Amino acid sequence: MIKKTFNKMYDTDIGYSFFNSKIAIISSSIFFIIFLCSFFAGIVAPYNPFDPASVSLMDAFTPPVWSEGGSASFFLGTDQQGRDMFSTMIYGSRISLIVGFASILFAMILGVFLGLTAGYIGGRYEIIVMRFTDIQLTIPTILMALLVDGIARAVISRSMHDEMAIYVLIFAIGISEWPQFARVTRASTLVEKNKEYVSASRIIGLSNIIIMFKHILPNILRPILVIATIGLALAIITESTLSFLGVGVPPTTPSLGTLIRFGNNFLFSGEWWITFFPAIFLVVLALSINLLGDWMRDALNPKLKKR
Amino acid sequence: MSLLEIKNLNISYKTRKETIVASSNVNFTLERGEILGIVGESGSGKSTIANAIINLIDPPGQITDGTIKIDNKELQNNEEVIQKIRGKKIGFVFQDPQTSLNPLFKIKDQLIETIQTHLNISYEEALKKSINLLKEVGIENATKRIEDYPHQFSGGMRQRVVIALAISCEPDLIIADEPTTALDVSIQYQIIELLKELTKKRNLGVVIITHDMGVIAETTNKVIVMRHGLIVEQGNTKDLLTNPKSTEARSLVISVPPTNKKIKRFKLIGPDGSEITSSSDNLTKNIIKTWGVRKNTNQKLLELQNITKIFDDQSISYRKKIDENAVKAVNNVSFQLFEGETLGLVGESGSGKSTIAKIITGLVRPSVGKLEYNGLSLYNSKRKYQIDKSRGQIQMIFQDPYSSLNPRFKVKDIIAEPIKFFQKGITRNDLEQNINDLIDIVGMTRKSLDRYPHEFSGGQRQRISIARALATRPRLLICDEPTSALDVSIQAQILNLLKDIQDELHLTMLFISHDLPVIRQMCNRIIVLKNGIVCESNDTETLFNNPLHEYTKELIRLMPKIESII
Repeated sequence: MIKKTFNKMYDTDIGYSFFNSKIAIISSSIFFIIFLCSFFAGIVAPYNPFDPASVSLMDAFTPPVWSEGGSASFFLGTDQQGRDMFSTMIYGSRISLIVGFASILFAMILGVFLGLTAGYIGGRYEIIVMRFTDIQLTIPTILMALLVDGIARAVISRSMHDEMAIYVLIFAIGISEWPQFARVTRASTLVEKNKEYVSASRIIGLSNIIIMFKHILPNILRPILVIATIGLALAIITESTLSFLGVGVPPTTPSLGTLIRFGNNFLFSGEWWITFFPAIFLVVLALSINLLGDWMRDALNPKLKKR
Repeated sequence: MSLLEIKNLNISYKTRKETIVASSNVNFTLERGEILGIVGESGSGKSTIANAIINLIDPPGQITDGTIKIDNKELQNNEEVIQKIRGKKIGFVFQDPQTSLNPLFKIKDQLIETIQTHLNISYEEALKKSINLLKEVGIENATKRIEDYPHQFSGGMRQRVVIALAISCEPDLIIADEPTTALDVSIQYQIIELLKELTKKRNLGVVIITHDMGVIAETTNKVIVMRHGLIVEQGNTKDLLTNPKSTEARSLVISVPPTNKKIKRFKLIGPDGSEITSSSDNLTKNIIKTWGVRKNTNQKLLELQNITKIFDDQSISYRKKIDENAVKAVNNVSFQLFEGETLGLVGESGSGKSTIAKIITGLVRPSVGKLEYNGLSLYNSKRKYQIDKSRGQIQMIFQDPYSSLNPRFKVKDIIAEPIKFFQKGITRNDLEQNINDLIDIVGMTRKSLDRYPHEFSGGQRQRISIARALATRPRLLICDEPTSALDVSIQAQILNLLKDIQDELHLTMLFISHDLPVIRQMCNRIIVLKNGIVCESNDTETLFNNPLHEYTKELIRLMPKIESII
């Protein structure tokens, strides 16, 4: 049964391209492992770093197991509060992935909706939407996210802020990523809407909503999927950058970026592992997603296919 | 010694799943002064052979066996020899003149570059030679036109420039791959005449690859008929066209629409070689039970009054006034369409045929004019299409079978969608019955319902397209070049099917085509369009036998006729 499904998958062009690309296999398995670890963080992580009972300040600044003074119970060492690095990173990557996925989903829904309607309806509506994306693309992503975060801080009361921080972050990253989706979607829609099957649907009398979302959308999903994958890596990095700058998630629920910021303070006092491991972890995570996106772009685009 | 000699040529394309044999055991020779035609349906390996001669087979394609000799010199797999010979000894004319010239270079540069690569002459000499070449292929004012860029030439002119390029280094052999397919009838005629003339004057050998039997009949001395990479028949053009022996050749010849008479149905050749005479009796008529029998009342169904269309970008300009100098895609066109008849719209590219179809179906708004369907105006005072009164009753079949079906929908869903839209709350059984009736009437198996469009050939897709159009139970069917993307024998099948359906369901048809023989077979009445203006409108027989307008006369005179040789 499993063999049959595998053979079927292998038989498709995408499947064949996947199983014949070492990079695709390696990067997707790394990403998958990280994803599973963070999803089942409660089971995988040896400690719960957010449970005050399991953390002892006595264990603070324990180096990794292989260096002098290392302890076998803390494989990658501990941070300044005595939290196990390995567990903190897994819990941290959970936050990073949640923010990344949610913000990309938000950006995708907004961007695809605006791009699709702009491309299909055209006219003044299209001009307005596309000028908006042009304007927003002149503002760097980080700046945009900082701007949103700053406004949110001013609007939301201080006591609420920590609770709301993650949603603000998702909104801030999402709102700075949507123009990419809008542009790609609009361009693909313009190609697709001139095809004769769309004319046929219009002659039948189907409503514009049905034509846009039932007929055109499924046919333009490929490029959207590609930029969503590459955008995911970008969103995770943006989240880390914001957290590193101190405007991201609160220190009580640290993400990878927050961990790097904490560790940064101890870098020159010799406790290198506190910042080094989260940083490496972030690089591996972002790189694996990016490589996967790269492969996907090549595999889904018949023009780039090697003969 | 023959100019071109191909012996035992085998070419195959290795793909992941299978090895596709593009040509196997191909043998032929070509002498100087001869024009050889290669015909066959799409995928029969015609172009592969042409590419093999100039060694331009793309990987994974590979010549596995055989020899290609020009003047007894072996060409195959010898890149050094072929580089010298390609362009110098062999000239190549491609199908699409829009893309075969580099748009960034002047004509002059492209010609001189080619000439200087192969002939050892100075720039001035090469320039002089280029001008003479342009004159030879019939470009007026060549001294001045040579300074122009490709986009400043029309399609036919560009193809002349491509031919000038092909003959620039005095080649012995010209290979023309569908040289006239992208061109209009009158230009096609000129290009064919030019090729014939050059062959005689320069004593060239020419290989023409085409799917158009009319072109074959008018130009070639020898023909090769191919199927699945095999030569099934070859011989003298006249003998082969009048007395084809193989099933494939017979099927090609018999399904060509005759230009001199109207026949009731096209004859087809079955796979066993027997002739099939089609009639609507073969049709499964379950559909009539659900549709109810229709009567042909011969009443006026559609009327266009002074329709004019000017394309302008309405999103930017706010001008409401109509600019008198603007190009009118459709200019003051009026005609009537009566129930049960087939009206043909003929014209070359840019004559506004398709725009008229789009106006009738509501895809494009007319700038001026009135349009009435069944006594009701199709556009209200604000020029909005009045949907409920006409949609469903007017349906359309499109030209390109590859883009007219949504690739993400199963055939079942493609056909079901309009049914569900027009019969809200239809029961599952009724829906299934309806879909089965439709797939039966277009002559496809019910198994095909669960597949996706990409699993079907062009002809089969066009059948699905017809089924979809019929799903709304239309009274008026607009066919916009429904067969121009199809092979001749498939074209005959689809045209027969359209005739059958019309007979049974009493549909009214508006048949749009640039192909005069097809129009003659399909239509009762014909309207000839040129640049958006109606030139002539008359009964089919009267129009073909006694054309009144100059333009119509020319079109009829210039169309390639397969009968010219018989």
